[in-house]
Amino acid sequence: MLESSDRPTKETFRALAESQLPRLYTIARRLVGDDAEDAVQDALLKGFRSFDRLERAAAGPAWLTSILVNVCRDRGRARARAPEQVSLDTVDEFSLYRKIADEDPFPYSDSLHLDFLELFEAGDVRAVLTRLPDLYRIPMLLVYVDGLATKQVAAMLDAPLGTVLARLHRGRKLFERELWDYAETNGLLVEPVR
Amino acid sequence: MITCAEAVRQLWDYLDGALPDEDRQAIEDHLGFCRRCCGEVEFAEELRAFLARDAAEEMPDDVRARLRATLDELETAG
Repeated sequence: MLESSDRPTKETFRALAESQLPRLYTIARRLVGDDAEDAVQDALLKGFRSFDRLERAAAGPAWLTSILVNVCRDRGRARARAPEQVSLDTVDEFSLYRKIADEDPFPYSDSLHLDFLELFEAGDVRAVLTRLPDLYRIPMLLVYVDGLATKQVAAMLDAPLGTVLARLHRGRKLFERELWDYAETNGLLVEPVR
Repeated sequence: MITCAEAVRQLWDYLDGALPDEDRQAIEDHLGFCRRCCGEVEFAEELRAFLARDAAEEMPDDVRARLRATLDELETAG
Protein backbone atom coordinates (compact mmCIF):
# COMPACT_ATOMS: atom_id res chain seq x y z
CA MET A 1 0.00 0.00 0.00
CA LEU A 2 1.43 3.34 -1.01
CA GLU A 3 1.66 6.17 1.47
CA SER A 4 -0.19 9.21 0.24
CA SER A 5 3.08 11.16 0.59
CA ASP A 6 4.59 8.90 -2.13
CA ARG A 7 2.02 10.05 -4.63
CA PRO A 8 3.08 12.92 -6.83
CA THR A 9 1.23 16.19 -6.53
CA LYS A 10 0.90 19.02 -9.01
CA GLU A 11 3.51 20.87 -7.03
CA THR A 12 6.03 18.07 -7.37
CA PHE A 13 5.68 17.92 -11.15
CA ARG A 14 7.43 21.26 -11.58
CA ALA A 15 10.32 20.21 -9.36
CA LEU A 16 10.62 16.85 -11.08
CA ALA A 17 10.50 18.31 -14.59
CA GLU A 18 12.95 21.07 -13.82
CA SER A 19 15.45 18.67 -12.27
CA GLN A 20 15.24 16.40 -15.32
CA LEU A 21 15.45 19.06 -18.03
CA PRO A 22 19.20 18.71 -18.82
CA ARG A 23 18.96 14.93 -18.95
CA LEU A 24 15.81 14.97 -21.09
CA TYR A 25 17.38 17.45 -23.47
CA THR A 26 20.54 15.34 -23.83
CA ILE A 27 18.51 12.23 -24.63
CA ALA A 28 16.32 14.11 -27.08
CA ARG A 29 19.36 15.60 -28.87
CA ARG A 30 20.66 12.12 -29.47
CA LEU A 31 17.32 10.74 -30.58
CA VAL A 32 15.91 13.54 -32.74
CA GLY A 33 18.76 16.05 -33.16
CA ASP A 34 17.54 19.57 -33.86
CA ASP A 35 13.96 18.70 -32.87
CA ALA A 36 15.10 18.10 -29.29
CA GLU A 37 13.55 21.22 -27.78
CA ASP A 38 10.15 20.52 -29.37
CA ALA A 39 10.31 16.90 -28.25
CA VAL A 40 11.07 17.88 -24.64
CA GLN A 41 8.25 20.41 -24.74
CA ASP A 42 5.82 17.74 -26.00
CA ALA A 43 7.00 15.38 -23.28
CA LEU A 44 6.45 18.04 -20.59
CA LEU A 45 2.91 18.66 -21.83
CA LYS A 46 2.09 14.95 -21.96
CA GLY A 47 3.67 14.42 -18.57
CA PHE A 48 1.74 17.27 -17.02
CA ARG A 49 -1.53 15.88 -18.35
CA SER A 50 -0.95 12.41 -16.98
CA PHE A 51 1.29 12.83 -13.92
CA ASP A 52 -1.60 12.15 -11.55
CA ARG A 53 -1.54 8.56 -12.85
CA LEU A 54 2.03 8.16 -11.66
CA GLU A 55 1.93 5.95 -8.58
CA ARG A 56 5.19 6.95 -6.89
CA ALA A 57 7.06 10.22 -7.07
CA ALA A 58 10.34 8.27 -6.93
CA ALA A 59 9.52 6.72 -10.31
CA GLY A 60 9.17 10.19 -11.83
CA PRO A 61 12.52 10.44 -13.68
CA ALA A 62 12.08 7.07 -15.41
CA TRP A 63 8.44 7.86 -16.18
CA LEU A 64 9.29 11.22 -17.78
CA THR A 65 12.12 9.63 -19.73
CA SER A 66 9.74 7.01 -21.01
CA ILE A 67 7.30 9.68 -22.21
CA LEU A 68 10.14 11.52 -23.95
CA VAL A 69 11.45 8.38 -25.66
CA ASN A 70 8.01 7.67 -27.07
CA VAL A 71 7.59 11.25 -28.26
CA CYS A 72 10.96 10.96 -30.00
CA ARG A 73 10.02 7.61 -31.55
CA ASP A 74 6.83 9.13 -32.96
CA ARG A 75 8.76 12.09 -34.34
CA GLY A 76 11.47 9.87 -35.76
CA ARG A 77 9.15 7.44 -37.52
CA ALA A 78 8.40 9.76 -40.40
CA ARG A 79 12.01 10.39 -41.30
CA ALA A 80 13.96 7.41 -40.00
CA ARG A 81 15.69 4.96 -42.25
CA ALA A 82 13.59 1.85 -42.29
CA PRO A 83 15.37 -1.37 -41.32
CA GLU A 84 15.02 -2.70 -44.85
CA GLN A 85 16.97 0.30 -46.18
CA VAL A 86 20.06 -0.92 -44.40
CA SER A 87 21.71 -4.07 -45.58
CA LEU A 88 21.57 -6.66 -42.83
CA ASP A 89 23.23 -9.34 -44.94
CA THR A 90 26.00 -11.05 -43.02
CA VAL A 91 25.99 -8.29 -40.39
CA ASP A 92 25.69 -10.82 -37.56
CA GLU A 93 29.04 -12.32 -38.55
CA PHE A 94 30.76 -8.94 -38.92
CA SER A 95 33.60 -8.32 -36.48
CA LEU A 96 35.18 -4.88 -36.50
CA TYR A 97 38.10 -6.26 -34.49
CA ARG A 98 38.90 -8.75 -37.23
CA LYS A 99 38.19 -6.31 -40.03
CA ILE A 100 40.76 -3.89 -38.60
CA ALA A 101 43.28 -6.71 -38.10
CA ASP A 102 42.71 -8.08 -41.62
CA GLU A 103 42.79 -4.72 -43.42
CA ASP A 104 45.64 -3.41 -41.22
CA PRO A 105 45.12 0.28 -42.10
CA PHE A 106 48.08 1.45 -39.99
CA PRO A 107 50.91 -1.04 -40.68
CA TYR A 108 53.35 0.70 -38.34
CA SER A 109 50.95 0.93 -35.41
CA ASP A 110 51.50 -1.13 -32.29
CA SER A 111 47.98 -0.31 -31.03
CA LEU A 112 46.03 -0.77 -34.24
CA HIS A 113 42.53 -1.14 -32.77
CA LEU A 114 42.79 1.79 -30.36
CA ASP A 115 44.27 3.96 -33.12
CA PHE A 116 41.23 3.14 -35.22
CA LEU A 117 38.83 4.34 -32.50
CA GLU A 118 40.85 7.50 -31.99
CA LEU A 119 40.06 8.52 -35.56
CA PHE A 120 36.54 9.40 -34.49
CA GLU A 121 35.55 12.75 -33.00
CA ALA A 122 32.28 12.96 -31.01
CA GLY A 123 30.53 14.35 -34.10
CA ASP A 124 31.67 11.36 -36.16
CA VAL A 125 30.26 8.92 -33.61
CA ARG A 126 26.92 10.73 -33.69
CA ALA A 127 26.97 10.66 -37.50
CA VAL A 128 27.57 6.90 -37.46
CA LEU A 129 24.76 6.33 -34.96
CA THR A 130 22.42 8.40 -37.13
CA ARG A 131 22.95 5.91 -39.94
CA LEU A 132 21.30 3.14 -37.92
CA PRO A 133 17.54 2.58 -38.20
CA ASP A 134 15.67 3.80 -35.08
CA LEU A 135 14.68 0.22 -34.35
CA TYR A 136 18.30 -0.47 -33.36
CA ARG A 137 19.58 3.02 -32.62
CA ILE A 138 17.14 3.91 -29.84
CA PRO A 139 17.89 0.90 -27.60
CA MET A 140 21.62 1.32 -28.31
CA LEU A 141 21.55 4.95 -27.16
CA LEU A 142 19.42 4.29 -24.10
CA VAL A 143 21.52 1.35 -22.90
CA TYR A 144 25.07 2.19 -23.96
CA VAL A 145 25.07 5.98 -23.92
CA ASP A 146 22.49 6.84 -21.27
CA GLY A 147 23.26 3.80 -19.14
CA LEU A 148 19.68 2.56 -18.64
CA ALA A 149 19.06 -1.08 -17.76
CA THR A 150 17.79 -3.34 -20.54
CA LYS A 151 14.68 -4.20 -18.51
CA GLN A 152 13.91 -0.50 -18.10
CA VAL A 153 14.33 0.08 -21.84
CA ALA A 154 12.07 -2.86 -22.62
CA ALA A 155 9.36 -1.31 -20.44
CA MET A 156 9.84 2.11 -22.09
CA LEU A 157 9.60 0.68 -25.58
CA ASP A 158 6.76 -1.65 -24.60
CA ALA A 159 8.70 -4.58 -26.03
CA PRO A 160 9.67 -7.95 -24.54
CA LEU A 161 13.15 -8.07 -23.00
CA GLY A 162 14.24 -10.70 -25.54
CA THR A 163 13.26 -8.39 -28.40
CA VAL A 164 15.29 -5.53 -26.93
CA LEU A 165 18.31 -7.81 -26.43
CA ALA A 166 18.03 -9.00 -30.05
CA ARG A 167 17.84 -5.40 -31.29
CA LEU A 168 20.85 -4.47 -29.18
CA HIS A 169 22.77 -7.38 -30.65
CA ARG A 170 21.91 -6.42 -34.22
CA GLY A 171 22.46 -2.73 -33.46
CA ARG A 172 25.97 -3.32 -32.11
CA LYS A 173 26.94 -5.29 -35.17
CA LEU A 174 25.48 -2.63 -37.47
CA PHE A 175 27.33 0.03 -35.48
CA GLU A 176 30.63 -1.84 -35.91
CA ARG A 177 30.10 -2.20 -39.65
CA GLU A 178 28.98 1.41 -40.08
CA LEU A 179 32.05 2.63 -38.14
CA TRP A 180 34.29 0.89 -40.66
CA ASP A 181 32.28 2.14 -43.68
CA TYR A 182 32.27 5.68 -42.29
CA ALA A 183 36.03 5.63 -41.76
CA GLU A 184 36.55 4.36 -45.30
CA THR A 185 34.16 6.73 -47.04
CA ASN A 186 35.28 9.79 -45.07
CA GLY A 187 38.99 9.26 -45.63
CA LEU A 188 39.82 8.62 -41.97
CA LEU A 189 41.98 5.59 -42.71
CA VAL A 190 45.28 7.36 -43.10
CA GLU A 191 48.28 6.67 -40.89
CA PRO A 192 47.92 8.79 -37.72
CA VAL A 193 50.63 11.39 -37.14
CA ARG A 194 52.84 10.42 -34.18
CA MET B 1 33.16 -26.44 -26.52
CA ILE B 2 32.15 -23.43 -28.62
CA THR B 3 33.83 -22.08 -31.75
CA CYS B 4 35.34 -18.60 -32.17
CA ALA B 5 32.36 -17.59 -34.35
CA GLU B 6 29.94 -18.59 -31.59
CA ALA B 7 32.01 -16.81 -28.96
CA VAL B 8 32.21 -13.61 -31.02
CA ARG B 9 28.48 -13.63 -31.63
CA GLN B 10 27.85 -13.56 -27.89
CA LEU B 11 30.64 -11.29 -26.69
CA TRP B 12 28.61 -8.14 -26.06
CA ASP B 13 25.87 -10.13 -24.38
CA TYR B 14 28.61 -11.64 -22.23
CA LEU B 15 29.89 -8.17 -21.32
CA ASP B 16 26.33 -7.00 -20.64
CA GLY B 17 25.82 -9.90 -18.23
CA ALA B 18 22.87 -10.95 -20.39
CA LEU B 19 23.91 -14.57 -20.91
CA PRO B 20 22.58 -17.55 -18.97
CA ASP B 21 25.16 -19.15 -16.64
CA GLU B 22 25.82 -22.05 -18.99
CA ASP B 23 26.58 -19.79 -21.99
CA ARG B 24 28.68 -17.46 -19.85
CA GLN B 25 30.74 -20.40 -18.64
CA ALA B 26 31.20 -21.60 -22.24
CA ILE B 27 32.54 -18.17 -23.23
CA GLU B 28 34.90 -18.09 -20.24
CA ASP B 29 36.18 -21.56 -21.06
CA HIS B 30 36.78 -20.45 -24.64
CA LEU B 31 38.55 -17.26 -23.54
CA GLY B 32 40.77 -19.40 -21.35
CA PHE B 33 42.65 -20.71 -24.35
CA CYS B 34 41.77 -18.44 -27.33
CA ARG B 35 44.01 -15.39 -27.48
CA ARG B 36 42.28 -13.93 -30.51
CA CYS B 37 38.88 -13.93 -28.78
CA CYS B 38 40.50 -12.32 -25.71
CA GLY B 39 41.52 -9.50 -28.07
CA GLU B 40 37.91 -9.35 -29.28
CA VAL B 41 36.65 -9.01 -25.70
CA GLU B 42 39.10 -6.22 -24.89
CA PHE B 43 38.11 -4.40 -28.08
CA ALA B 44 34.38 -4.86 -27.35
CA GLU B 45 34.98 -3.27 -23.92
CA GLU B 46 36.78 -0.36 -25.60
CA LEU B 47 33.86 0.04 -28.01
CA ARG B 48 31.36 0.15 -25.16
CA ALA B 49 33.39 2.84 -23.41
CA PHE B 50 33.75 4.63 -26.75
CA LEU B 51 29.97 4.78 -27.13
CA ALA B 52 29.42 5.87 -23.53
CA ARG B 53 31.86 8.76 -23.75
CA ASP B 54 29.69 10.46 -26.38
CA ALA B 55 29.67 13.74 -24.45
CA ALA B 56 26.42 15.04 -23.04
CA GLU B 57 25.41 18.17 -24.87
CA GLU B 58 25.02 21.20 -22.69
CA MET B 59 21.51 22.64 -22.85
CA PRO B 60 21.71 26.17 -24.32
CA ASP B 61 20.51 28.93 -21.99
CA ASP B 62 17.80 30.10 -24.39
CA VAL B 63 16.37 26.56 -24.67
CA ARG B 64 16.40 26.19 -20.89
CA ALA B 65 14.60 29.53 -20.55
CA ARG B 66 11.91 28.53 -23.06
CA LEU B 67 11.33 25.14 -21.42
CA ARG B 68 11.09 26.80 -18.00
CA ALA B 69 8.55 29.22 -19.45
CA THR B 70 6.53 26.19 -20.59
CA LEU B 71 6.62 24.84 -17.04
CA ASP B 72 5.53 28.26 -15.73
CA GLU B 73 2.55 28.21 -18.08
CA LEU B 74 1.59 24.69 -17.07
CA GLU B 75 1.84 25.58 -13.40
CA THR B 76 -0.33 28.64 -13.88
CA ALA B 77 -2.85 26.85 -16.08
CA GLY B 78 -2.93 23.79 -13.78
